[in-house]
Amino acid sequence: MNIVVAVKQVPELQQIRIKDRQPVLEGVPFTLGKIDKNALEAGVQLKESNGGNLVVISAGNEEVEETIKEALAAGADEAYLVLDDGLTNIESSLSAQLLAATVKKLDDVGLVIFGEGSGDNYSGQVGSRVAELLGLPQVGYASRIEVEGNLARITRSLEDSDEILEVQLPAVISVLGDINEPRIPSVTQILKAGRKPKTIMDLDDLGIESSEARRIMTLSNLAPENQRKRITIKTVPDLAAALRTEGGRGTK
Amino acid sequence: MILIYSEKTELALELLAAACALADKLGSSIGALTINNDSGAKDLAAAGADTYLVTNDTVNQADAASVAGVLQQAAQRLSASIILLASNRRGKELAGRLAQKLDAGCLTDVTGMQAINGKIECTRNSLGGATIVTQQIESEYQVIAVSPRTYAPAAAQAGGQVQGLDIQAAVSAVKLISASKKSEDTADIETADILVIVGLGMEQADMELAHAIAAALGGELACSKPVATDRKWLGEDRIVGLSGKKCKPQLALVLGVSGQVQFTVGIRDAHTIVAVNNDEQAYILQMADYAMVADLKEVLPQLQKALS
Ligand SMILES: Cc1cc2nc3c(=O)[nH]c(=O)nc-3n(C[C@H](O)[C@H](O)[C@H](O)COP(=O)(O)OP(=O)(O)OC[C@H]3O[C@@H](n4cnc5c(N)ncnc54)[C@H](O)[C@@H]3O)c2cc1C
Ligand SMILES: Nc1ncnc2c1ncn2[C@@H]1O[C@H](COP(=O)(O)O)[C@@H](O)[C@H]1O
Repeated sequence: MNIVVAVKQVPELQQIRIKDRQPVLEGVPFTLGKIDKNALEAGVQLKESNGGNLVVISAGNEEVEETIKEALAAGADEAYLVLDDGLTNIESSLSAQLLAATVKKLDDVGLVIFGEGSGDNYSGQVGSRVAELLGLPQVGYASRIEVEGNLARITRSLEDSDEILEVQLPAVISVLGDINEPRIPSVTQILKAGRKPKTIMDLDDLGIESSEARRIMTLSNLAPENQRKRITIKTVPDLAAALRTEGGRGTK
Repeated sequence: MILIYSEKTELALELLAAACALADKLGSSIGALTINNDSGAKDLAAAGADTYLVTNDTVNQADAASVAGVLQQAAQRLSASIILLASNRRGKELAGRLAQKLDAGCLTDVTGMQAINGKIECTRNSLGGATIVTQQIESEYQVIAVSPRTYAPAAAQAGGQVQGLDIQAAVSAVKLISASKKSEDTADIETADILVIVGLGMEQADMELAHAIAAALGGELACSKPVATDRKWLGEDRIVGLSGKKCKPQLALVLGVSGQVQFTVGIRDAHTIVAVNNDEQAYILQMADYAMVADLKEVLPQLQKALS
């Protein structure tokens, strides 16, 4: 059985600088989305308990070929990548089309696992879209996954309740960031990652045009204005005084 | 038509208010959909909405595909091209599935909407919250999931009514085995005037002091995500940030939080931010009105005494 995990390459968010309210992305290194690493770890754990072949899939620019090594080191067996330099900052509907077409290239798919939200866009729609495109059942916001034979038992964590659900494989699952603690790859795993198989495709291989999918227009993308007093406090009495004044209580 | 749907009536009422704000400018009518929820339908009608009640036991609320199937048919039947959902977890999971069924563009976690020239300009956080992006959907159908509490719930109004809507549903492939309420401490940190927010720089032994300081200031206790999800010192209801709550207190005292973007997005609308951190490089100190570089182990006992 193939266990498929979708991981997205995103800029290292803490390294993005803001200049004239615009995000500066030049020189910012790429990494995999934080929650996508939890999705991958969930896949690794299922492989360890149930066996199977762990495939990571990703759509993005040419840099993904390098970034994906992180996933291959962390336990994926192989990667299927859709690469094109036009695929930077793509919208969810196109990501979903590309990922669904990629999954279709694989046989015997049991699970397709997503993160609850991508690192940069955090929109939580790509997994649902792929499930619809593939005609598969889905369970989102998983905090626990167990697979027995052809049946997955999933705990879904909602804001105010937990649900236990069962679904026949193949199925699509999205995981929460707190489902697990991704392990740190060992040096040997990192060395081996470079030699693991990668299947690289472009849009033509999948018969998809990047322009046909445009459904969202972006009008602006600006950092909010942030004007703070920037006063330094040295002592606890000063701290208490500031809190009293600004909190508007206990000043009398 | 603008069609609104949420399985939670209080969120559906917020969507109704959002739809009312858009409808005039767009020249659209509004319809509210409820599924197997008579009392929700009555509440929406009492707030003035033309409410459509689907009664069909085959629909599985725990299955986004099942609910999306109902909404797709309803949208097509009622000629609704704009569908407003709530951006809670269920709503977000539903949004993508429905958007794909309708071949629609979709925006989730939307924190503001404005009708301009027949389009809906939506704002949402991007890059983990570092920026706010303004976008509009260009496709025939539009699926928009609106963050809870972006709009105040619609008030009572005459003119609403409930009518049945007959919709077919396929048998769901997802089986709900059991559901249990999360029994955790809940708090209304979004409306609090004063928040004391603790992060991983805190030690568990000092949580009592944090509680006492919050009480002395007349505020609520809140936290960064890992304090709730990893340490479980506080309930998830108290998380500030991108996947938690966006708060606008008069005063936020932020203790031992590094200030990564996914956190700061939940606090940047605070009027005054006071931060204590032992790392002078910590980003939170740069976005604070009052910044103190100090060890919480020393500061907390003294502060508690000073405030009490
Ligand atoms: C998609 C996504 C969504 C997320 N959503 C959220 C969200 O909604 N909310 C959220 O909070 N996070 C969220 N995160 C996680 C976020 O990226 C950070 O990991 C998290 O905010 C860090 O929490 P922290 O600041 O408490 O911990 P840390 O980053 O570990 O910071 C601890 C701080 O305490 C200071 N400190 C340590 N000891 C002391 C001491 N003795 N005295 C004083 N200071 C001390 C340290 O200098 C450090 O600055 C999200 C992440 C992702 C990927
Ligand atoms: N371009 C992409 N390549 C691979 N996986 C993706 C891509 N975009 C989104 N995903 C997956 O879909 C999830 C949800 O993404 P989003 O809808 O953007 O929040 C992510 O956590 C990833 O697992």
